[in-house]
Amino acid sequence: MRELAVRALDTAGSQGASYADARVVARKSESITVRNQNVEALTADESLGFGVRVIVDGYWGFASSQRMTLEEADRVAAQAVRIARASARATGPKADIGPQEVHKDTYRTAIVKDPFAISLDDKIALLLQANEAMNKVKGIVMAESNVYCQRENKLFASSEGSFIEQELVETGCGLEATAVGEGEVQRRSYPNSVGRHQGTEGWEFIERYDLPGNAGRVAEEAAALLFAKPCPPGTTTIILDGSQLALQIHESCGHAIELDRVLGTEAAFAGTSFLTTDKLGTFRYGSDVVNLTMDAITPGGLGTFGYDDEGVPAQSMPAVRNGIFVGYLMSRETAAGLGLRSNGAMRASDWNRIPLIRMTNVSLEPGEWTLEELIADTKDGIYMETNRSWSIDDRRLNFQFGTEVAREIKNGKLGDLMKNATYTGMTPQFWASCDAICNRDHWVVWGTPNCGKGQPEQVAHTGHGAAPARFRNIRVGL
Amino acid sequence: MPLGESDLKSIADRILGASTADQTEVLVFSNDSALTRFANSYIHQNVELTSVDISVRAVIGKKIGVAATNILSDESLRGVAERAVTLARHQKDNDDFQSLPAPAPIRQAAAFSERTAKYTPEERADVVAAICDAARRANVTAAGAFKTSTGEMAVANSLGVFAYHQETTADISTTMMVDSGSGYADRIAVDVGDIDGKALATEAIDKCLRSANPIALEPGQYDVILEEYAVADILDFLAYLAFGAQAFQEQRSFLSGHLGEKVMGENVSIWDDGLAHDTIANPFDFEGVPKQRVEFITDGVAKGVVYDTYYAGKEDTSSTGHGLPAGMTFGPIPSNMFLKAGTATKEEMLASVERGIWVSRFWYTRPVHPLKVLVTGMTRDGTFLIEKGKITAPIKNLRFTQSYLEALNQVEMSGKETSLHSAIIGVSRVPALKIKSWNFSGATEF
Repeated sequence: MRELAVRALDTAGSQGASYADARVVARKSESITVRNQNVEALTADESLGFGVRVIVDGYWGFASSQRMTLEEADRVAAQAVRIARASARATGPKADIGPQEVHKDTYRTAIVKDPFAISLDDKIALLLQANEAMNKVKGIVMAESNVYCQRENKLFASSEGSFIEQELVETGCGLEATAVGEGEVQRRSYPNSVGRHQGTEGWEFIERYDLPGNAGRVAEEAAALLFAKPCPPGTTTIILDGSQLALQIHESCGHAIELDRVLGTEAAFAGTSFLTTDKLGTFRYGSDVVNLTMDAITPGGLGTFGYDDEGVPAQSMPAVRNGIFVGYLMSRETAAGLGLRSNGAMRASDWNRIPLIRMTNVSLEPGEWTLEELIADTKDGIYMETNRSWSIDDRRLNFQFGTEVAREIKNGKLGDLMKNATYTGMTPQFWASCDAICNRDHWVVWGTPNCGKGQPEQVAHTGHGAAPARFRNIRVGL
Repeated sequence: MPLGESDLKSIADRILGASTADQTEVLVFSNDSALTRFANSYIHQNVELTSVDISVRAVIGKKIGVAATNILSDESLRGVAERAVTLARHQKDNDDFQSLPAPAPIRQAAAFSERTAKYTPEERADVVAAICDAARRANVTAAGAFKTSTGEMAVANSLGVFAYHQETTADISTTMMVDSGSGYADRIAVDVGDIDGKALATEAIDKCLRSANPIALEPGQYDVILEEYAVADILDFLAYLAFGAQAFQEQRSFLSGHLGEKVMGENVSIWDDGLAHDTIANPFDFEGVPKQRVEFITDGVAKGVVYDTYYAGKEDTSSTGHGLPAGMTFGPIPSNMFLKAGTATKEEMLASVERGIWVSRFWYTRPVHPLKVLVTGMTRDGTFLIEKGKITAPIKNLRFTQSYLEALNQVEMSGKETSLHSAIIGVSRVPALKIKSWNFSGATEF
């Protein structure tokens, strides 16, 4: 890997690149999905390849390949240079990546139990046990559970002299019970929805979430939802559980603070951002209790690593402090445009993609409340749990979310179960209405392993620390 | 450039030869793809990738394991076969699994253009430069992406299936922007020579300039004209929520228990046909089963869903050739959908609206209630107020929460022209629609 990367950089330089970097990525993954009592998917994937990114006369080019030969390194580097020269045919500002970043280092995810060392039989047995508990519940037509693990070894080398080797491990799991009846289809997921919860940990992550121990409860909730009353329309107080709040943060803050979106370079697909540069340092994003942090160093977070894919060290910085917007997720090029230094937010999903600004762990700092205190303090409202649907406009303002389950709050107590709960709002007004956040005992870094961005599209793994929080005067029940 | 049928067959044969499973299936995908991306009216990202990916499904009795690699050495090809077998040995029996498919005749379908396969970075950049120049002349800002790709797929199994297909696609989109408005256009074709970047730019610039300085409109129920970009989204949701055998058998589809019943307006017919002349041809699925034409809705009546061999086996019917790669758990999905055209021009549809909204496209649409195909999303890139048959003002974008199923019971007019669009999987060909009483549930600030 090392020799190939060096060769690619040398060739790029000799062909006229003023900057070049090479990433070599080897990934191994294993995925098991059990539906009812059938192991529907049992897959083991491996992948190896490299990508070369160059700047030539101020324009970017990128090429990649899976053929791991020195001759191919020459070809790919030369092709990247050719592509960069072609970019100059639609003239624009020259790329400026700011001050040099030179690091020689290694990084490994700290794990306790290697997930690849756990036997397939044990993994399958775990999921079958979970599904058996779900299938026993009347009304459940589909029980699905899964575990996933991956190990990525990557090498980053740059013409500035960086040489960084990282080994990143991720493990994830989830279960889902689907109930059908009464003209309804209802689903409950655990620990998170959209397939699974995931983190940069080993098998200890799976053990912590005890899928078999929670499966029966989850299935019973799904079945009960068939008979639950619908969430009524209105304007009320809502308390969002941590996993739903994590997705709220992802959509309404995380994407909005990606500086490439702000500067218009994602306009063709995902859109732009209402957090324009004139708002940095002054715009009131939320209430005084709202503090959002961009951090790539929290152990176990799905957005945790050692160095980003531009070779910039992982770090932690505020995005929102006491409600005021103070920071973007940045790349070297976008940061330089603001006279700043990159905070290490560039990641590529694979060897055949360029790095883009991606969320790391964008988290809401915990507050002071216990969940019990918060509910007891709420006269009337709705407690909403686990995401079911999400949608937001292309500047990250108007959003609508749905949750799998909701419970009425009456006079400080949880009451009737409700189904098909939805809520909507505008991002700054929503966060301005946040008046209480639960404490660190309730704070979890939720993993979102399915964030799409870019053309060609890439899927990133991001993390969001969140504890339940309360929001006032929110429109619900659409 | 493509590897060619014999190279892909050689890879598949080596793996089949190395496998000790009762049945083995090999998928080989080869992809050369290049994408020139632009924003702020210049090229800011310009990328190319080459990949060959191999997936192996090993069957031992009723146990199935799947392994994948992109490493083409002899050792790796033997290794991926061994890995799939090892996984299968650890499996439990899946009593619903019948067999890998047997060979069946496959109609070849033309989907390859030499011109697209040989398209260069310079040629892509020139098309983009022309789009950016048009934007500058119109005092708007251009963003977009232009992709050309050559793909090959080979499916082989130990029962004698071997199917090979190569295709090229040229896929371009642009969003033109001013401070207070935007417009969008896209095209997809097999032959890059069919892509007219200047016409694309003209369409998007016109929409952009007309959308500037929008007024606010109260959300509510409005008659709508949906352009083809928006109609394509409706088919996407029907495809993955309702038209596949998995959702159908699990009672999660609105078609479940309702075949033969009227579920939509009589003026609505929807089908899938991978061999039609006016789609991007797709002659077989990821199991090597030939594509069949499948009618989903005929004159409003529910007719059927798509199957792969697994879900067909559960109903004692046949695969329709819509299987996804082994290891994916979504079940069979349509890939070449059609919505029947009508007889109206867009001008006629517009003239028929007393008060309504013209929608160019939808954005960030997500299911709220899958059984009802209740979807929420935003309008984007050109939304206009219609009064007394004329567009009278651009409006700020609206959020909708609408059952697509109910909407297809409220189609008043269908366009006589159709256009081809990328779909959730594959492509879809759709007309514009006039739909009565669409529910807009919110609004944004732009």
